[in-house]
Amino acid sequence: MDLAKFMTIAISAIFINNFILARFLGLCPFIGVSKQTKSALGMGAAVIFVMTLSGFITWLVYRYLLVPFHLEYLRTIAFILVIAVFVQFVEAAIAKLSPTLHRAMGIYIPLITTNCAVLGVTVLNVNMFFKDDISVGFSFAASLFQAFCAGIGFALAMLLMSGIRERLDLADVPKALQGVPIAFVVASLMSMAFLGFSGFKF
Amino acid sequence: MKKLISEFTKGINIENPTFVLLLGLCPTLAVSSSVNNGLGMGMAATFVLLGSNIIVSALRKFIPSKIRIPCYIVVIATFVTIVELMLKAYFPVLDKSLGIFVPLIVVNCIILGRAEAFASKNSIARSIFDALGMGAGFTLALVIISAIREFFGAGTLMGYHLIPGFEPAIIMILAPGALLTLGLLIGFGNWLRERG
Repeated sequence: MDLAKFMTIAISAIFINNFILARFLGLCPFIGVSKQTKSALGMGAAVIFVMTLSGFITWLVYRYLLVPFHLEYLRTIAFILVIAVFVQFVEAAIAKLSPTLHRAMGIYIPLITTNCAVLGVTVLNVNMFFKDDISVGFSFAASLFQAFCAGIGFALAMLLMSGIRERLDLADVPKALQGVPIAFVVASLMSMAFLGFSGFKF
Repeated sequence: MKKLISEFTKGINIENPTFVLLLGLCPTLAVSSSVNNGLGMGMAATFVLLGSNIIVSALRKFIPSKIRIPCYIVVIATFVTIVELMLKAYFPVLDKSLGIFVPLIVVNCIILGRAEAFASKNSIARSIFDALGMGAGFTLALVIISAIREFFGAGTLMGYHLIPGFEPAIIMILAPGALLTLGLLIGFGNWLRERG
């Protein structure tokens, strides 16, 4: 387990292949909940949390349930069910354990089930880290780490976008472009800025 | 019959999933770098939509309303797996270029949205027409976006060069081009509706 590999995963997941701006995963919450910084932060935190834990659970399901029985083709069904059940469970648990936290991020959690970024990161983990030459330990750590970093990248893009959109409210935008269309144009410019990261070399 | 036709056409114009309802945006942007990819994704999603609408509509009296969402997801995921395996077997090139977005059809909100909003309340025949219309609307949107991006980004349409000497702008094929094209197209739609 060398540090360089983890550095590469982190930089790649957060900047170069940012889940929203480069991979186009999780656009619905990105456009839908990015009007205010506060809600964008809540959503970002909820996504980091759910993504990391889903990465953990789906890795276990894939490695110890699907691979031994040669059921790899059931990956999609198994993962989406695990994620849906898990998200419900998390919501109930948070409501019980910490009502304050639930008030802050509660409404975003059910939305996450259909957030393709969560399913996306688990499928990507399986595609990237289940090869013959990768040890079980590294595959586990890398999957977990990539899920966490992808969540960070998602939260970062949400936060930047919400800051811009709060200011955009004061700008004079042509009527036909107000709201969602201008948000996409802004996202396009942000994505162009993030393209600059793809020149990074290690 | 007239009613069935209107179920079909509403998916293409007044309830177009991409341009009006703003559903299923992630695959729309990610695979629209060439017309072939866009068409392939549109067909795959239409197939899943048709299958899930038929099954959900047929079972609408048996699925308890409390656990309906997980039930729908299982139905949808089953059809997605069928599509995944079929693409791998018969269209390996398309499967490669769509990549991770084939399994992600599961979380395409158009499909779950139609199951919840339409198929669970309507007869099988109407659900079939609804699925075909929504599928056609989605495919049409994908083809429009991918045609614009492919033309300006690579200078081709479905792989054929159109204008000799045309210098394409690579940015249109990359991520920013996708977001820009969709933003401007939605804005254009708003402008059209405002005028008339």
